[in-house]
Amino acid sequence: MLTDLTIHELGARFRLGDATPTQAAREYLARIAALDPKVKAYLTVTGEAALARAAEADARFKSGASLGPLDGVPLGVKDVFCTRGVRTTCGSKILEGFVPPYDATVVARLVRAGAVILGKLNMDEFAMGSSTENSAYFTTRNPWDLSRVPGGSSGGSAAAVAADLAAATLGTDTGGSIRQPAAFCGNVGLKPTYGRVSRFGLVAFASSLDQVGPFAKDVLDAALMLQAIAGHDPLDSTSAAIPVPDYAAELSRGVQGLRVGIPAEYFIEGLDAEVEAAVRAAIETLKGLGAKTESVSLPHTEYGLAAYYLIAPAECSSNLARYDGVKYGLRVPGARDLIDMYSRTRGAGFGAEVKRRVMLGTYALSAGYYDAYYGKAQKVRTLVQRDFQRAFERVDVIVAPTTPSAAFKMGEKEDPLSMYLNDVFTIPVNLAGLPGLSVPAGFTKAGLPIGLQVIGKAFDEATLLRTAKAYEAATTWRERKPGLTA
Amino acid sequence: MSGAYDVVIGLEVHAQLLTRSKMFCGCSTVFGAPPNTQTCPVCQGMPGTLPVINRRAVEFGIKTSLAIHCTVNADNRFARKHYYYPDMPKNYQISQYEEPLAEHGHLDIEVDGAARRIGIERLHLEEDVGKLIHEGSLETAQSSQVDFNRAGVPLMEIVSKPDIRTSEEAGAYLRGLRAIVVYLGVCDGNMEEGSMRCDANISLKRVGAIPLGTKVEVKNMNSFRNVQHALEYEMKRQGRALDAGERIVQETRLWDPDKGQTVSMRSKEFAHDYRYFPEPDLPPLNVGARWIEAVRVTLPELPAARRARFMRAHALTAYDADLLTGSRALADYFEAAVAQCGKPKAAANWILNELLRELPGDDERAVAACAISPGKLAGLITLIEDGTISGKIAKDVFEKMYRSGEDARTIVSREGLTQVADAGALGAVVDGVLAEHAKVVEDYKAGKKAALAFLVGQVMKATVGKASPGVVNSLLAEKLSKL
Repeated sequence: MLTDLTIHELGARFRLGDATPTQAAREYLARIAALDPKVKAYLTVTGEAALARAAEADARFKSGASLGPLDGVPLGVKDVFCTRGVRTTCGSKILEGFVPPYDATVVARLVRAGAVILGKLNMDEFAMGSSTENSAYFTTRNPWDLSRVPGGSSGGSAAAVAADLAAATLGTDTGGSIRQPAAFCGNVGLKPTYGRVSRFGLVAFASSLDQVGPFAKDVLDAALMLQAIAGHDPLDSTSAAIPVPDYAAELSRGVQGLRVGIPAEYFIEGLDAEVEAAVRAAIETLKGLGAKTESVSLPHTEYGLAAYYLIAPAECSSNLARYDGVKYGLRVPGARDLIDMYSRTRGAGFGAEVKRRVMLGTYALSAGYYDAYYGKAQKVRTLVQRDFQRAFERVDVIVAPTTPSAAFKMGEKEDPLSMYLNDVFTIPVNLAGLPGLSVPAGFTKAGLPIGLQVIGKAFDEATLLRTAKAYEAATTWRERKPGLTA
Repeated sequence: MSGAYDVVIGLEVHAQLLTRSKMFCGCSTVFGAPPNTQTCPVCQGMPGTLPVINRRAVEFGIKTSLAIHCTVNADNRFARKHYYYPDMPKNYQISQYEEPLAEHGHLDIEVDGAARRIGIERLHLEEDVGKLIHEGSLETAQSSQVDFNRAGVPLMEIVSKPDIRTSEEAGAYLRGLRAIVVYLGVCDGNMEEGSMRCDANISLKRVGAIPLGTKVEVKNMNSFRNVQHALEYEMKRQGRALDAGERIVQETRLWDPDKGQTVSMRSKEFAHDYRYFPEPDLPPLNVGARWIEAVRVTLPELPAARRARFMRAHALTAYDADLLTGSRALADYFEAAVAQCGKPKAAANWILNELLRELPGDDERAVAACAISPGKLAGLITLIEDGTISGKIAKDVFEKMYRSGEDARTIVSREGLTQVADAGALGAVVDGVLAEHAKVVEDYKAGKKAALAFLVGQVMKATVGKASPGVVNSLLAEKLSKL
């Protein structure tokens, strides 16, 4: 089956003429039709457009003019990215009927690389959540256990890759929204350095934290995806004009002599024993491959969560102010006046978690509280950044668990605060703007995937990828697939 | 009012920058296009879009900052200012708050011959909002529509210190500021089209009192005259209220030019909490010394310097130099005319007395569109100076030039307006006048010297003004002495 294959395996088949992009697209669309009713990863499937793009790719391969590794490869993108002519909901009712007249830069870059976009993937509303239960449409299931969550907010993107409903996907990571679902769904998820990938056309949640990254079936695929989307974009002033290395070429360098930091603060009470055991075993594997481990301290880790839950809501309260019923999306009729229209529309259009964060953020930014909350949180953010800077003076990468536990059951975490704790190991990386990656590192006895998190220096995704690649090559975790049947 | 109050006025001036594209996107800024034809996803604030700073707008901001003696902040940044209004696409405005482009400047003004220095607090950049179009009046409209053409247009806000004491000073400050931005070519200064807008903060305090009084903000003044009138109205209103022992309410008031009064718009007690925070979609804007110097060398001669030069080089009075340099177009016009006729005093008189009376307004466009070019005015002045026409005839010629755009020489020769200085030809006319007004001649000889002027007037009348007054005078004196 072509849907089993990675991007590089599929590309090899296309180049050999053993398969065509149209065959791949048809197989994926058929699998989506058969399995997605169970997994519920897709919000929108763009079958016709996908087949049209695939036919174009067929012609390129036939004429020997293929565009590169992603040409003809079926991919999915989180519904947080604007797609020209295709509805973009962000998992929210308030964007009902919104069809952007433009593509997000990352989508445009994938399309330019010849990729075939299968559709838009489910997510927590406006990327707020850790389980995809906050989607206004439906909850995506974890392909390893359909009673469990796939993680979030990019749950649809992670589940689609795990269930072979796309060769790879794009997600976004504001506080762990790529790494946590990648860990829950057993795939490779990479959150690049803040500024490495353009945010233009990515519906903003928290501008200073959001970053785009791939979900992939293996590390090489993640490198190929990053290669396609990384680099400066004149439409995004926060995207960095820093050269993009050849990530795939860097993968084979191994970890011999690499200095790997182990942060004490990430092995704390509340960390699931099975997860801890798997991560410690992974560290031993890296040592066996020639890496040198060293303890590092990230003393402000415990304040990261609190700082994040002030900064992210503050920015979200601002970014979401534009959804007011005036220009696009939902407008609830029957309002008495303007303010009434705003309140009715926002009241009906936003879900509970979004409202909670908008209110939190509005409060944190309001006159008289700014210094006590937002200002203070920014100071903590600086301290967290310095922790990492100091650690990276001594080590090349830091490894840690991605999540405190494996995937939890749907409906299990009703208390928002206990849900927030799920991101405790991923959030500091966003606060510091650093790259982070989750790679499969084992399974619980119940058969749920466990993720190993690799954290790197700013703009040093190459080292993360090569660490993960060396580990992946020494283990067999990625050979296991969830037992899904139609 | 009792007159026992000090007035404290501060002005906030918004100037629309003359960039081709908007503050944060590439859309056109041309005024008057059909609604929503100059918009894109960025200036409509659509999901996922991001701002990119317009480099030219920053340059214009730096240029103005240097002209008003501000210190440009090497590191400045944009912030978000939040409030809900349907004409604002993102429901926040990208503006500068704690770290503006420039601070601590001043503008020197002169009122009734006295020089005053008005401090400038800050200069910052921001984007404009859109415009609401109500079907009928706001209260009864069944529907309202939004035009986002103006949304995202670059604005510069210049905030004065509360250094202004009278409405005249406010007017002089505004005219000075307007002249500068127009000279710099960064703003067209057109208040009617909203290219320049002004809000005023005004408070009164008892003479000698230390604490400032409660201030009132007045908005919606779209001409210099409105600003002065509104301020005068507010001084009286607040003075009367204080006299009566009332408390001034901190509020925003609108100037109603039809009623000639300010009306309360909203009380500051319900003022917005703008929830400012640094714009995360834009990195801090770094304005290094090299950029500032590169802009400094492009600064043109500014009104104050030009005024001084006009007085020095052309021997103009302070008053004339002030009027001429109040508008860059007018000053340019003057200099071009002087370059061709070499008569600065005459050129100044013609421009200030005749041209300004004819022009529909003294703004730049009216001067540029005027049918009498500086060269044509110089031609007219030359005809007077060389004695071809009299000053009186010249005024008629000027009128005709203004209507037709023809040059002076063409009109003079077609209509035969050349001055008659030939003693022979004029002698006959003088003889006729003397014969006709024997009684006046008697009066003159009896010592009524004023009678001479009457006789001169009669000669001019008989020659339809073409007679050379000098020749007529000497002829009359000569002939009368012989009678």
